[in-house]
Formats: sequence, C-alpha cells, structure tokens
Amino acid sequence: MTTQTLKQTETKARTMTGAQIVIEALKEQGVDTMFGYPGGAVLPIYDALYSENSIRHILVRHEQGAGHAAEGYARSTGKPGVALVTSGPGATNMVTPITDAMMDSIPMVVITGQVPTHLIGTDAFQECDTVGITRCCAKHNYLVTDVDDLARTIHEAFLIATSGRPGPVVIDIPKDIQFATGSYIGKEGVHKPTYQPKTEPSAHAIKDALALMKAARRPVFYTGGGVINSGPEASALLRELQAATGFPVTSTLMGLGAFPASHKDWLGMVGMHGSYEANNAMHDCDLMICVGARFDDRVTGKVSAFSPGSKKIHIDIDPSSINKIIRVDVPIVADCKEALKALLAGWKKIKGAKPDLEDWRGQIDKWRERDCFSYPANDGSIRPQYAVERLYELTKDRDTYISTEVGQHQMWAAQHYHFEEPNRWMTSGGLGTMGYGLPAAVGIQAAHPESLVIDIAGEASVQMVMQEVSTAVQHKLPIKIFILNNEWMGMVRQWQELLHGERYSHSYSESLPDFVKLAEAYGAHGIQCSDPAELDQKIMEMIGHPGPVVFDCLVTKAENCLPMIPSGAAHNEMIVGSISGDEIDAEGRKLV
Amino acid sequence: MTKEPIPASAYDMDHAEEVDERRTLAVLVDNEPGVLGRVVGLFSARGYNIESLTVAEVDRGKHRSRITIVTTGTGHMLEQIEAQLLRLVPVAAVIDITKSRRGIERELALVKVAGKGEKRVEALRIAEIFRARVIDTTNESFIFEITGASDKIDQFCELMEPLGLVEVSRTGVLSIRRGKDAG
Repeated sequence: MTTQTLKQTETKARTMTGAQIVIEALKEQGVDTMFGYPGGAVLPIYDALYSENSIRHILVRHEQGAGHAAEGYARSTGKPGVALVTSGPGATNMVTPITDAMMDSIPMVVITGQVPTHLIGTDAFQECDTVGITRCCAKHNYLVTDVDDLARTIHEAFLIATSGRPGPVVIDIPKDIQFATGSYIGKEGVHKPTYQPKTEPSAHAIKDALALMKAARRPVFYTGGGVINSGPEASALLRELQAATGFPVTSTLMGLGAFPASHKDWLGMVGMHGSYEANNAMHDCDLMICVGARFDDRVTGKVSAFSPGSKKIHIDIDPSSINKIIRVDVPIVADCKEALKALLAGWKKIKGAKPDLEDWRGQIDKWRERDCFSYPANDGSIRPQYAVERLYELTKDRDTYISTEVGQHQMWAAQHYHFEEPNRWMTSGGLGTMGYGLPAAVGIQAAHPESLVIDIAGEASVQMVMQEVSTAVQHKLPIKIFILNNEWMGMVRQWQELLHGERYSHSYSESLPDFVKLAEAYGAHGIQCSDPAELDQKIMEMIGHPGPVVFDCLVTKAENCLPMIPSGAAHNEMIVGSISGDEIDAEGRKLV
Repeated sequence: MTKEPIPASAYDMDHAEEVDERRTLAVLVDNEPGVLGRVVGLFSARGYNIESLTVAEVDRGKHRSRITIVTTGTGHMLEQIEAQLLRLVPVAAVIDITKSRRGIERELALVKVAGKGEKRVEALRIAEIFRARVIDTTNESFIFEITGASDKIDQFCELMEPLGLVEVSRTGVLSIRRGKDAG
C-alpha cells in the first residue's frame, strides 16, 4: 500500500487489532448501520462487532442482499452504504451490487474478508481474487497487506466512495491482518493528491451557457441521478432556476423526484418508456440543458436522430461523460449543485432574461393532450397501471419511499407513481438488476424506521431475492412488497411479442409459489388481491399492518408497457396506444 | 465554447469521415498494486487498442510510475481514452505526447542476426549506419542494440531481414517532452 506516506508519528497513534481498527474507522466515519453476512475470513471483524453497540448490523440471507440493502440505505439517506462479507463466495456474491452501484453512482464501501496473506495465490479454501474480480466494476479497490495501512485505507475508501462521481469501493482484508496489531490513525490525516475531483464550474462555461439560455425559445431541462447525488440542495437549486427561467423539465429514471411531479412545467420521464411530451420536447427543443445525466441509450434512442436542432449544455462531475455519446456545445464539468448555483446567480443578473415561451408551451400542451399514459379500464382483472395509480393515491400523503425491481412493473411505477422530493425513489437504472428492490427496501427501512417503505415488484424479479423477507422479519423492518403478478417475465414477454413473433421462449413463470403462504412461512403477512373493487381496501390493510407484508396483486397478464420508443427509433417516433412490433426495423431488432 | 463557428448540432458534422489516428500517451500513476491491471483492463473493457505499452517506476520517493501507451482510434475515441484514464483513482496525469509539439519518442530494440560471409559483413555495415551497437557475437551471429524512433527500428529490422534476421525484442515506445519542465 503505497498511496501516500503520512507522518503517522505526529498523529496520536493508538494500538489495536486490525478488526478493531475496522470498527473504529467505521465509527469515525459516522456509520450507524451496516449489512452483512459472516464467514471464516471475516470472523475477527464479526468478533469485534459482537461487543459493539453503536453500529447496527443487519444480517441478510444472501450477500447480494447486503449489497442492495447498502445501496438502498445510501440512496435514501445520501450517506455511504456499508456492507461486510466474507472471502470467496461472499465476495463473488457481492459483484452484482457492486456493479449496480457503479452504474448508478451510489456511494458504497464494501469490506470483504480474504484468506490469510501467506495463503493468497494458493487456491486456498474460499479464496478468490477479489481485487481482480472487482477491479473493473468498482470505482476503486484495495487489498490491505499491512495492518498499519488499514485505518488510512478505510478512510480513503470513504473519501473516494462519497466524493466526485460517487461509487462503490472495495476493501479486501486478509484474516491475518484482522488479527494483527497496528496503529489507528484518524480520518483527518488522509488525503490523496492524485484524486482531486473538480466540483466548481469554470466561469466562461457558465457565461456561454447563460448566453444560450437567454437566446432559447424552445428550451428543456433534462436532469438525472446526478442531481440526486449532489444532495437536496441541488434539487432546491434546480427548482429555483426553473422558477426563474420557466423552462420545462424532464428527467431520467434515476433523477425522478429532483423536480416535483405536480409542477405545471414537469414533462414526466424521458426515454424508451417516458412520456410523449418529454420525448417530443427533447426532440424538438432548441436548447437542451442536461444536468447530471449521461445520455444513456434508454434515453437517447437513435443517436443519429437525437434532438437534431438543439444546442446542448451538459453539466457533469465526470469529464468522461461529456461527449461520450452525444456531442455537446457547452460542457460544464462540476458538481450539479455548484453549476446550478452559478447559473442561477448569473441568470438573476441578466435584465429581462426570462424568454417568451408561449409558443413552446402551446406546443407542449398539444403533446400533453395525447394523454400518453392512459390505459384501458379494468376489465374484470386489475390493470397493473391502475394498481400503481391506486397505490400512489393511497400513499402520497404519507412519508413514503419506493423501491422497485426491474421490468414492466418498474416502468409502470416510474410512470404512475409521482415524486415530489429527491431520495424517495430507489431503482436499478444502469445495470437493470432484477432482485434489487426487496433488499433495497430493507436498507431504506433500516435508515427510516418510521417511514412507509414499499417495493413495487414483479413476481419474477422478487423471487431472485425472496429470502430477504426473512431479514425483514428478523430485524422488524415493516417493508411492504407490492407484487404486480402477471405470471410472466413481463418485459421479456413484451419483447418476444414485438420482436420474436410471439414465440414466448421460457418467459412464463410455471409453478409460482402461493405468495400469501410464502409470506406466512417467513412470519410475514400475506395479502392477495384480484378484484379491482377490493384493491383500495386491501392496500389500506397492507399500509396498516405493523410488520412486513407480501402483497400479491394479480394483474392483467399480457399488458404491454406503453408508450414506447421502438428500439432504434428516434424520440418523435414514439408509439402511443398500442404497438404491433412492425414499427421496429431490422437494425432496431438487433439492439437490447 | 470554441471561437470557431459551431454547427447547430454535432450531427451537422460528418462523423463518417473520422479516421483512426495513432497517439502516444504518457500516463503518470501512483505505483500501487494492480495499477497496471486497471489501465490495461480499461482498454480491454472499452474496446480500445494498445499497440505498445511500457511501464516502470520513475520516482521511488513519490511511488510514481510512468506508463507510455501507444494507441489508435478516432478523435472521439482518443478523447474518451484520456477522460476514462483520468477517472482511475491512481492516475495523476495523462499527457498527449503526439499532440504536443515538444514530444520525444524513443524505443530500444535487441536484434539477433545470424549469417556468414558477405551477409555478415553487410549486417555490420548497416548497423554502423544506424548507430546500432553489437552486444553479443558468435562466429555465426550478432545481437545488435539499437535505439531511436519506432520507424527507424522498423527500417533497421527490414534491412536485416534478408541478412538473416532471427528474432527481435523491443521495449515499446518511451516518451518525454522537451524543455525544462516536468510533465
């Protein structure tokens, strides 16, 4: 470990074991909750946890659950999530959440046990090359080979996980290092000269951006998860800048909640299953102001036809995001919060800056008239959209957090559940991890014990992590798992219908469990609902139940998720109403 | 924003015209375990090319290593390579040696040539012209040590080919910038 030689002699060195150093460093970093699973190579750390009262450890049922729970904790609090797992399979089971956190820029510190130093490289029992495996899916990682490096490494890991573009950092600690005695140093002594993320925008970029904003007649804010990551202040500044400019706002899946969905200038989500008005506004705008988003392929659709007539401003803390997919006219490398602050200050100084947007608003209103999220009435069965809509109506006035799994239900949740505040919406956007939502809900509930935490799930996704209901029961975390059960891997079924001639290869869930009995087997409460007339009352029963609930909501089986930008098409080619598959050309069929 | 007239959108520019360029990058990194793996992994994961790569610690006190990478790609790709390298935590700086007018590139090669009679004499004569040194000899072979820009070494090897070239070992490109300043 050779990052930085510190004058350790100057700090008051306290001597303790490596395992104690881990606990001490976590405490100094303000960690109050961690998620984990013990095993041979982390037993000394678990032993140190045994007599530690200031850190709550949530025992999960599978290491993947610990990782997603830490992500849910992080995303809902703004603080880094912490997970602790053993070597070998413990570490490899963490690879999915680590990659998930990397894709969605979630601050997370993962501590993995490792076989003793002298056994590394011998194919020892439960050995794997954790730093090798996680090198390409973590923001950074460490193998600690000297106990005197341990405290500094942990503090550095927290610094890296939480600053710049946040992400997961892995610390692999061999068992002998956990037993060895070394000196503890505090976090104030830690700095890393080669790691200096730029957070302040350059003045000339702000000036150029303001000039474009002033000249715009068809502007749109396109915001993303970066606004959430930048903290609540960034969301507040976005709202202020929007109020000052009057520009309409759309957001990526990850950015929902940064701007209030009830606002008259809110366009809804952008992208493949976003709103008709948002996608058309993105296509027809003359100025796009991208704040903390990264022009993901779910957002851009056909890149060569993406917003052809617009100038583009791109605010991002990660310089590699700029010009990666879409060439922009004014790049602003900065923390969203700082850039928005500078834009707001500059805007206020321009006299009569607020441009006349009447024509643009009129056009947007015409798009809104398409009412793109409308869906057929319940036809004996519950429409999945209706289920989410009722869930929203019955929970919107409460202190509610929503997580999701991945698939159709996730898109319906994004379309029909509306968010007023940041940090209330937790979903796996970049990696698209089925099985994210349930453990994420565990993490969210651990951070917000008094709040209503709901995982809007699909019956296929949730079964990937079903065992975590047991975690919720053990730790008295009263999460609500609201399953939109259509007996299909719905999004797979939809794509097979549209792109593979209705050849439904292995997408039907045979032998589904009885979710009510399954809930009861875990010691949770189970509710099933198939009648639209009973839905409200049963949702209220779910909300009123003091413990974890599995809600099996039987919905229309072959509903398609619409509207949809067909693969390989442009924003203005969005299909509303119904889709047959013929809209997708040969090139589009090859895309994911 | 640059001063040149900007097209209404990037799509007004003709991307199809983009051609691959060769670029030499000097990457200054903290010499910590796995740092080379991170750099190489980035290139393979994102589908970038590595034509040559050299690495060694250059400042023991600061634990600083210098990696010189020769890569090819479109202008857009090269821009991304630089940005992605800077995202790696142990990377302190990326210097584009090719674009810099002050860049110097050198390579060292060991070249084994076997032959007798007139060919052997000719090999020695060419080596003299290229200022290559003989560092090992038997009755039937030479090993030459040659330094210079990569194309000079290419040319040397080409000339040795008909004279009994047996094998070549090259360091890959090393780079530095002229003038009194570092980096």
